[in-house]
Amino acid sequence: MNRLTGNLSGPQTLGSGRGFWGAFCAAVTLAALFPLIGNAYTVYNFAYLMVWTFMAMGLSLIWGYTGILSFGQTAFFGVAGYSYGVISINLGEDYGLTQVALLGALLIAAVFAVLIGYFLFYGGITAVFVSIVTLSITLVLETFMAQTAGPEWAIGEARLNGYNGMTGMPPLIIPWFTGQIYVQGITLFYFLLIILVAVYLLLRMLLNSRIGYILVGIRENSERTEMLGYDIRRYQLLAFLIGSTLAGFSGVMYTTWGQYLTPDAMGITAAVLPILWVAAGGRKDLTASVVATIVLVYLSQRLAIMGDQYALVVMGAILLIAVLFVPEGFVVAAVRFIGRLSRKKMR
Amino acid sequence: MLSLFYQFLDTFAFLVLASTGLAVIFGMMGVINLAHGEFIMVGAYATAFSAAAGVPLILAIGVGTLAAGIFGVILERLVIRHLYHRLLDSIVATFAISLIITQGTLIILGPTAPAIGTPLGSVTFGGQSFSVYRIVLAGMAIGLLALMYWFFMYTRYGVYARATIQNPSMAAALGVHTRRLYMVTFGFGAALAGLTGGLYAPTMSLEPLIGTDFIVQAFVTVVVGGGNILIGLPPAAALLAVIQSSLTAWQGQLIGQVGLLVAVILVIRILPQGISGLLRGRNV
Repeated sequence: MNRLTGNLSGPQTLGSGRGFWGAFCAAVTLAALFPLIGNAYTVYNFAYLMVWTFMAMGLSLIWGYTGILSFGQTAFFGVAGYSYGVISINLGEDYGLTQVALLGALLIAAVFAVLIGYFLFYGGITAVFVSIVTLSITLVLETFMAQTAGPEWAIGEARLNGYNGMTGMPPLIIPWFTGQIYVQGITLFYFLLIILVAVYLLLRMLLNSRIGYILVGIRENSERTEMLGYDIRRYQLLAFLIGSTLAGFSGVMYTTWGQYLTPDAMGITAAVLPILWVAAGGRKDLTASVVATIVLVYLSQRLAIMGDQYALVVMGAILLIAVLFVPEGFVVAAVRFIGRLSRKKMR
Repeated sequence: MLSLFYQFLDTFAFLVLASTGLAVIFGMMGVINLAHGEFIMVGAYATAFSAAAGVPLILAIGVGTLAAGIFGVILERLVIRHLYHRLLDSIVATFAISLIITQGTLIILGPTAPAIGTPLGSVTFGGQSFSVYRIVLAGMAIGLLALMYWFFMYTRYGVYARATIQNPSMAAALGVHTRRLYMVTFGFGAALAGLTGGLYAPTMSLEPLIGTDFIVQAFVTVVVGGGNILIGLPPAAALLAVIQSSLTAWQGQLIGQVGLLVAVILVIRILPQGISGLLRGRNV
């Protein structure tokens, strides 16, 4: 068994052993069975919750494991989302070309990430200045997209449309022998679930491998890691690239989920949300980040019934309490607490 | 030509007024207060409500400044003091505070506030009219810079403040009550933000999110200026005002904003310590 799970467990990630993996399999099975018992709306909603987990995992990788507070996740979200819209509207939906749009959007986000990452890390920019630069980039993009409402702002057939929102992009379509499969509704749910589990497991393997150790070393003491002979810039760039591309994937999925995208998704309030989820859950742990994202997005949806303001106030309060009193994150703190309890019992 | 100069002066005034409070807090306590925009909002709202209640504008602005200052002290005692010299945490935490305050105000007071008209009318030069009030604001910005200089150089509090900025533990060892100084300074920074809010209240339509109109530019100016408010802030504000006003004149407001943000990205790359780092380096 160990050979198979191999690097799936390790000191970098919470949870190991049969108890954890048993619970994990149970959770995934329950999720897979959910569409059979839930109605279309709840399935649709749960898919929405899963859309954001990729961005959160990306931020956990960049911030939690490598120590880089990047406000840029929403920028990559927006870039990839808009790229998908532009490419898919121009290429059309036949012959599985939407897959091309998906890959194209991810590629654009990745190139963007490499450029920015190179500028940041190979330029010797560290710590708080990375945050400032990434925040500025996010705001520049939002400001720019906001004024694209006129008809002159179009790439090919796709109008960018500013705050009116870009619409008309097709959902993901998988060409199949029996005809075209529209990745919507239940199909989208399973699509996201499969990719979520795959990305989660792959990231776990990455983080518990040699690269993961180096990333954590950079987080803990970058100078020491550098002096031990590692080119930290390369690893920072790698983490930034993977994390930002994941955010881009969230962006594409969000766009196909709702077939609508506005610059609000790249604004200053949107920029703090992934930071909020990851900080509240426990940024240094992948599982905590995913769990916290699902719980908090769901919670803010429930609260938003009373009005967006209430949801945001509660979210802000949660973040504040987390930073001040529970810096390791609520989920991590809860797991450790349970761990302590069970150890006491064994005595 | 004249209108370009007016634009520059107007932008310079805005940057100086918006960022001084933030710079004071950042320089002394190493806290990046992203809730700064909300202190400005508190000042603006307090001014608007008092002016609507009949208080003359100048006193209403005083009320705004005081309200923001008190609010700042309360916030410092409750929350901020846990964040000193924790730069990254202060960004995240004050972002959270900003969220709570803006949305809370939206809940309690709704999306509008009483409006004050811009006083003092306008003056015409060479076929273009300029708002007298905004020229007054430019004068106030310069006056504020002079006041800051006098304050930090010639008062006892200023000496304590500069000592604590330079070397907090040494200052504490020499008997400066640093905790109390931090509280007073934070209140002072908040009051400056409130003053800005009060001064600009007659020129804008107020709603709980107006803080966001100020915070980006204040933030950018502080970062470009670096840690030293006296030698960093004026040149930073001047440089950024030139960039923003010329880009706005060329392509419009949004491109002006974009130019500002691109400028800060470049400055960080070239001068990580900001302009004060550059100037201080030369002076050594």
